[in-house]
Amino acid sequence: MLKRNKLALFGLIILCSLSIAAVLAPVIAPYDPSEIMENEIQRPTVKHFFGTDDLGRDILSRVLYGGRISLSVAVVAVLVALTIGILIGAISGYYGGILDEIIMRFTDVMLSFPSIFLILAIQSMLTPNIYNVMIVIGATSWMGIARLVRGEFLALKEREFVEAARAIGASNMRIIFRHILPNSLAPIIVAATLGMAGAILTESALSFLGLGVQPPTPSWGNMLMDSQTYLLDAPWMAIIPGLFIVMAVLSLYFVGEALRERLNPKE
Amino acid sequence: MEKLLEIVKLSVHYHAKDKIVKAVENVGLTVNEGEIVGLVGESGCGKSTLALSIMRLIDPPGSIYGEIRWRGRNLLNIHEKEMQKVRGEEISMVFQDPFSSLNPVFRVGDQIAEVFRYHKGSSRRQSWQKAAELLDLVHIKDPKQRARDYPHQFSGGMRQRVSVAMAYAMNPKLLIADEPTTALDVTMQKAILELLKELKTTMLFISHNIALVAGLCSRIYVMQAGRIVEEGSSAEIINSPKDPYTAKLVSSYKEINLEANRSQ
Repeated sequence: MLKRNKLALFGLIILCSLSIAAVLAPVIAPYDPSEIMENEIQRPTVKHFFGTDDLGRDILSRVLYGGRISLSVAVVAVLVALTIGILIGAISGYYGGILDEIIMRFTDVMLSFPSIFLILAIQSMLTPNIYNVMIVIGATSWMGIARLVRGEFLALKEREFVEAARAIGASNMRIIFRHILPNSLAPIIVAATLGMAGAILTESALSFLGLGVQPPTPSWGNMLMDSQTYLLDAPWMAIIPGLFIVMAVLSLYFVGEALRERLNPKE
Repeated sequence: MEKLLEIVKLSVHYHAKDKIVKAVENVGLTVNEGEIVGLVGESGCGKSTLALSIMRLIDPPGSIYGEIRWRGRNLLNIHEKEMQKVRGEEISMVFQDPFSSLNPVFRVGDQIAEVFRYHKGSSRRQSWQKAAELLDLVHIKDPKQRARDYPHQFSGGMRQRVSVAMAYAMNPKLLIADEPTTALDVTMQKAILELLKELKTTMLFISHNIALVAGLCSRIYVMQAGRIVEEGSSAEIINSPKDPYTAKLVSSYKEINLEANRSQ
């Protein structure tokens, strides 16, 4: 897959580097991300590779620590979305009938809200901290996965191996999670990869609006927010975190697309 | 001979929007301990539905009426949890199409081991050991090695052997074989039949091939459009069919055989 798809390879390398950088942030970051080092904004220099922000904090250190937050929010949010989406989709697709009808209409209702407003509404009621951000993003992005899983289950449950599993006495729960779910993992993995890109963007947007990760904890989104006022005087304050967001999201798309091509036997 | 399974006035109806489809209607059938009983009929006559209803595997909108007496109980009245214990442990089933009846993402050993883990709560190691033994029993060479393979690495005949191993795993009292040889070529058909005979389990053998059934079973039920139209010993059915439909079935197979002989 990777040999044929240079973009995906590129994406994977970027993604790995970003993850490693995020995990090792305390080791590789040159300074404490919250330490006020200079009296004013500084352009990129040897001492401060990406310059400093309005409070004189080292942007390189902040962007590394911010990656930890942004990426972990994305991962946890996707895990939350996967859990809800798989559960709802599996039950809906497997049992069918009136239950399926009710669950799917509920999903449609959730889908018909512009999700960013839904998230804003919920977030404004909760204390904005990173755990709430994770849960809220996850709880508002499971619908696509639920529909996908439901579709897979609708098709898979008619296969004879499911009948065979019932004939050896397997219970419904065992059939759902042990016999059918592993067969639908491929599209779920693709959806999760693409979903992570979406989660990074949502987190950034939320933090940008001040409803996400709260200062002084750095995240890519709230670094962007800090840069607003200085956009013309200190463009690097916006460009650096923006670049990291773009790199992470694009890489996830490249990898996700490659996985989709690779794992879909129909193409 | 002791009655193992006695089906009394069994009907399976599917409730469609504006009508009721009677897939099985008023069927009576008995299987005695140690017997191989045949169930013959054309495609769509309700044979498989009957088989599935014995395992209580008919989903809504289908519903089952009547009685399925199994070792002193009516299977239609017991709780689903108990029924799950009956499935696989007391009654098990070999399906028609070995290409779709095995789970493509499970190793063959895992598919068989699953039965032990489910019914006995055996450990992974134990159940794999037993799975390999079963593969050996159904004549798969290098059973320990092959248990690690996935179904797509097996030929059709071998997959059907795996299905037989799965069905036989808990040493069930009754094996329902639903057209187990239909998807296979003639040589493989023979091998699977030999294997089923070797197991010496009480069996309900379902097929559209009356010649095959006559060679294997002691008694035969003939089914048409959801009803049993005739029952009797194999010899009776083949030599002096009473029902016109049975007579047609028998003669059509005789004709095919005659033609095959002529063309040789």
